[in-house]
Amino acid sequence: MNLTLFVWRQKGPEDTGRLERYEAGDISTGMSFLEMLDVVNDKLIKNGEEPIAFDHDCREGICGTCSQVINGVPHGPEGKTTVCQLHMRNFSDGDTIYIEPLKSKAFPVISDLIVDRSALDRIIQAGGYISVHTGGVPDANTILVAKHDADTAMDAAECIGCGACVAACPNGSAMLFLAARVSHLAMLPQGRVEAKRRVRSMISAMSKEGFGNCSNHYECHAVCPKGIKLSFIAKLNREFIKAFGYVAEKDSAARPADVSIAD
Amino acid sequence: MILDGKCPSGPLSEKWDKRRSEMRLINPSNKRRYKIIVVGTGLAGASAAASLGELGYNVEAFCYQDSPRRAHSIAAQGGINAAKNYPNDGDGIYRLFYDTIKGGDFRSREANVYRLAQVSNNIIDQCVAQGVPFARDYAGYLDNRSFGGAQVSRTFYAKGQTGQQLLLGAYSALSRQINAGSVRLHTRTEMLDLVVIEGEARGITVRDMITGEIRSYAADAVCLCSGGYINVFCLSTNGMGSNVTAAYRAYKKGAFLANPCFTQIHPTCIPVSGDHQSKLTLMSESLRNDGRVWVPKKTGDNRSPREIPEEERDYYLERKYPGFGNLAPRDISSRAAKEVCDEGRGVGPGGRGVYLDFAGAIARIGESVIRQRYGNLFDMYERITGENAYRQPMRIYPAPHYAMGGLWVDYNLESNIRGLFVLGEANFSDHGANRLGASALMQGLGDGYFIIPYTIADYLAQRTPGTVTSEHPEFRRSRDERAVEIKRLFSINGRKSVNDFYRELGGVMWDYAGLPRSEESLKKALELIPRIRAEFWENVKIPGSGSELNQELEKAGRVADFLEFGELITLDALHRNESCGSHFRVEYQMPDGEARRDDENFCYVGAWQYMGADKMPELHKEPLDFENIQLSVRSYK
Amino acid sequence: MKSLIKNAAGRKIFMAVTGQLMVLFIIIHVIGNSTIYFGVLNSYADHLHAVPFLLWVFRLVMLTVFLIHVLFGILLTLDNCSARPGSYAVRAYRQSTFASRNMIWTGLLICLFLFYHLLHFTFQIIRPEVSAGVNSDAMGRPDVFNMLVMNFQHFSVTLIYILAIVALVLHLSHGIQSSFQTLGLNNERTLPVITKGGSIVAYVLFFGYIAIPVMIFIGILHG
Ligand SMILES: Cc1cc2nc3c(=O)[nH]c(=O)nc-3n(C[C@H](O)[C@H](O)[C@H](O)COP(=O)(O)OP(=O)(O)OC[C@H]3O[C@@H](n4cnc5c(N)ncnc54)[C@H](O)[C@@H]3O)c2cc1C
Ligand code: HEM
Ligand code: HEM
Ligand code: SF4
Ligand code: F3S
Ligand code: FES
Repeated sequence: MNLTLFVWRQKGPEDTGRLERYEAGDISTGMSFLEMLDVVNDKLIKNGEEPIAFDHDCREGICGTCSQVINGVPHGPEGKTTVCQLHMRNFSDGDTIYIEPLKSKAFPVISDLIVDRSALDRIIQAGGYISVHTGGVPDANTILVAKHDADTAMDAAECIGCGACVAACPNGSAMLFLAARVSHLAMLPQGRVEAKRRVRSMISAMSKEGFGNCSNHYECHAVCPKGIKLSFIAKLNREFIKAFGYVAEKDSAARPADVSIAD
Repeated sequence: MILDGKCPSGPLSEKWDKRRSEMRLINPSNKRRYKIIVVGTGLAGASAAASLGELGYNVEAFCYQDSPRRAHSIAAQGGINAAKNYPNDGDGIYRLFYDTIKGGDFRSREANVYRLAQVSNNIIDQCVAQGVPFARDYAGYLDNRSFGGAQVSRTFYAKGQTGQQLLLGAYSALSRQINAGSVRLHTRTEMLDLVVIEGEARGITVRDMITGEIRSYAADAVCLCSGGYINVFCLSTNGMGSNVTAAYRAYKKGAFLANPCFTQIHPTCIPVSGDHQSKLTLMSESLRNDGRVWVPKKTGDNRSPREIPEEERDYYLERKYPGFGNLAPRDISSRAAKEVCDEGRGVGPGGRGVYLDFAGAIARIGESVIRQRYGNLFDMYERITGENAYRQPMRIYPAPHYAMGGLWVDYNLESNIRGLFVLGEANFSDHGANRLGASALMQGLGDGYFIIPYTIADYLAQRTPGTVTSEHPEFRRSRDERAVEIKRLFSINGRKSVNDFYRELGGVMWDYAGLPRSEESLKKALELIPRIRAEFWENVKIPGSGSELNQELEKAGRVADFLEFGELITLDALHRNESCGSHFRVEYQMPDGEARRDDENFCYVGAWQYMGADKMPELHKEPLDFENIQLSVRSYK
Repeated sequence: MKSLIKNAAGRKIFMAVTGQLMVLFIIIHVIGNSTIYFGVLNSYADHLHAVPFLLWVFRLVMLTVFLIHVLFGILLTLDNCSARPGSYAVRAYRQSTFASRNMIWTGLLICLFLFYHLLHFTFQIIRPEVSAGVNSDAMGRPDVFNMLVMNFQHFSVTLIYILAIVALVLHLSHGIQSSFQTLGLNNERTLPVITKGGSIVAYVLFFGYIAIPVMIFIGILHG
């Protein structure tokens, strides 16, 4: 089939960027969306033009690297699917497709369809973990977790950190991403110990990074390739309310302090 | 040269304890003065960087993705082994050790594999403490399943996303150290060179993939955790960016590359659908528990599968391996599938596929049970192929999946270059000629959490920290050479894209150096690869410039290395005149078609040394001594 | 507490709590207004004013609640706008609603209306000639009933009320369920129920409020 593409081209963060028109000919329905772009790029390269830059790695829907907004929807029209797993049989001959990068103040554009999502990593760095050292932990079966809790934690933990939720949210909020992480750890006994500190520091980090706030538009869930549930946002809010009155302490144990030599 | 694996002496079960008690330690307040570079943030890299940072070292971590969490380890589905024996089915450290050695067809180092089995239990404890949501039973205890033909249930899993959850565990430990300032993270940064000064690894040269800047980092030791090289086949189950560059550049600086021809082909992947194919997708092996594999008996039979009557179908795995049937090990079922397709009996586009049929199982236990067991896999299959596998059989085909070979390391995970440590899939150490399912995750985490913290301390304790900086002439030379190389790539300005060459190389590797291999086919590959390489350097076209984000340039660098490395695989496969594990040479088989191993002549690790461009590399051997187990025929009949 | 006010998620909690308090007020208000059908509106209004001290305490509390809601509503909206610089060439919404995306506008409309409404019925500065303060009913109470009837016979007044009530229903059709989610009072099972329930309550309020002006205007209710 033949398609008309309007693709966002932007040299770097300083460039203003614009949509450019490309014709994609001879596209077969068995191709993935990224393979369709590969074909377009191959032609561009041979014509001496610069190919469209886009992020991708596993092409299996698990690494969360691919990130494009297709006709206004992050990851495209097929629900619960990443761009790399989206196939051209979802489109028909003659379609016009708009391809844009994820848009959010917290995600500056690096080039064309590639954005910088390191803000999500910094949110995790702010406290999205259990502060355990390597070694010296008890036997795995000494921590019991009810099956239902373990399964719910796993549902939350499926988040691939793709940032589609942010790009779809009318407020540019990373709430679903946070909700996934906070809920996963808060469901487990190992994670409860630090639950208050975790939720507080992650939420502060979210504001600091320039993400918006959640006002429950629920767009995020609709585009999330892993179907992270909205009830996890409620859980995040619950955890946040539980942390009222908690006074933040610094994680001083992360790195051994200078050892003072006594006597 | 005869290589020494530096294994400790003494009884197998005490070797690691012995080595640990001998190793030197570093005073806690001194640790911060040592800088360690960790390349890669997969299971091996993230666990190593986190553990080393926590101990107080200054760690610089690198990855080419935009986040450490996107390393290819994230894609592992099935599970991770450990010798916990929770199900009380007779497992234990020795049994896991033995199965792994046997699975590797007796081409791995006893002491390493035993240690791997020992630390496997600590890995599970560590991951649970980090909050990895492993599957649980109704009483709240950890659940296990059996995997890859093992007779015990020792595989721990988190839905079909075990690799993801383990990596996120390691990533969170790493994130905590980044927050604490002990690890500095460099994403979208690609290692292009190893810097060796006076025989010791002292740092790396990298390209900033956003600005194009070539920079160097000096350190007291370097850990390479850069993953496997199976993408030399172009189409594989690995991530598009997985590469051999980090390892190959170390090889060019003198590190030995061991057993490169041990490449694993996974039997159950979704077949290629056309020339545009960029990537192959793995379908969990568990499908083979209920699916029956067949092809038509006649060649060129292109009736739809449901129209082919039972008596005209060839259930070739059940026919050839009545004992294991559809569950025969990976290498055996992959080879069998390729054979029937090469006979012209393959199905689907280009005849590259065999049927995996669930009709029998659906009739027996009902569609709803099948849906319960494999629903997500059937959905994924439908998303990719547009076919409903409840109605018609799935089509599967083997695909390159894992690299058992890699940089040579001794028992301490140190390569022959002092101060260069290699962890995870990037080293050759634990899987011999064939890796069993659920054991790569174990190895990556074992290396990173529980082995490197000890062995690197022993190395560093003997050195004064910070004796060189990245202004040392050797670093400057490395940067200059990389800049020249990049300029050279741009100056070619030919007519073919990098992908054209990559596909060509992949085709040759698959057809002549894949599975099975013969002296004739390998020689053919040795003839073709240099031709492709020569044309690459004359006719490749890379648009844009080197001083910006340029994905074609990144790919070109990787493909250039694959074009040399492919030849090394072929040489290694050609020299190894035996069949073992994943390495199947048609000349060396039993009358019934089984692999014929030659323990007399090839019971060694083959480690290659780079001798210069267009020069024959030199082979060094590390003999494999089996003190504790009897070499036996690996039979799955 | 300080961090709560400074922190966006904390402000959201304030939004939800103040919003729910106002919803309570609105529910009581509509019930109070409905006394008109039973001809006891004037007596109801009179009772409300019986203890001026309590009335003023109540008014001050509601005013604070209102101001917090408005202030944080505006600040949050500004925050959210700046987090999303551009929009997409084509915009395809999948779950959000017109109401959810226009909370600030429906909110501000309500705000405007409240000014008008207070000046109108509480302070009775608008159209004082028919105000309850001036006219008393047969029992000597301020004639609120007559005030309403005289006002809603005018098309322009009725229109203003109808528009405001439309804005209110939009605001609440998202706001009610949203406040439950914000306060974490949801799980997977309750989320769809509360979402539906929230809009049902909003539409019940809509009919409750719209009924009086409409019935007066078309003459079902008359003096
Ligand atoms: C689809 C699939 C399923 C699998 N399932 C299982 C399973 O069920 N059980 C199991 O045990 N194993 C499984 N495996 C194998 C296992 O996942 C891998 O062997 C293992 O995760 C490798 O980990 P690693 O840390 O060594 O490397 P990787 O995870 O590949 O990490 C490599 C890291 O190195 C970085 N890097 C690479 N090159 C450079 C460079 N030049 N410069 C800078 N950084 C670089 C990358 O950015 C990345 O961070 C599976 C593999 C695949 C492909
Ligand atoms: C048709 C609809 C409405 C009618 C008939 C109506 C009627 C009245 C009357 C008669 C009063 C004065 C009471 C008194 O002081 O004796 C009043 C006060 C008030 N109304 Fe309404 N109202 C309507 C809708 C609304 C709406 C939609 C809102 C809010 C969004 C609202 C909020 C208020 C407030 C805040 C006061 C002041 C209460 C006080 O005295 O402290 N009203 N209303
Ligand atoms: C008197 C009538 C009002 C009522 C009953 C009311 C009620 C509510 C409720 C219940 C919410 C949901 C809170 C949440 O998200 O959890 C809400 C949100 C909101 N309200 Fe109001 N509100 C009223 C007036 C106003 C006014 C006058 C404004 C405007 C200035 C306003 C602006 C908003 C905004 C912007 C939100 C969304 C908050 C967010 O994004 O987090 N509201 N309102
Ligand atoms: S919550 Fe969903 S959309 Fe958001 S980052 Fe995670 S996987 Fe992506
Ligand atoms: S779309 Fe945005 S507003 Fe909240 S519910 Fe999702 S983060
Ligand atoms: S490329 Fe990995 S999720 Fe799409």
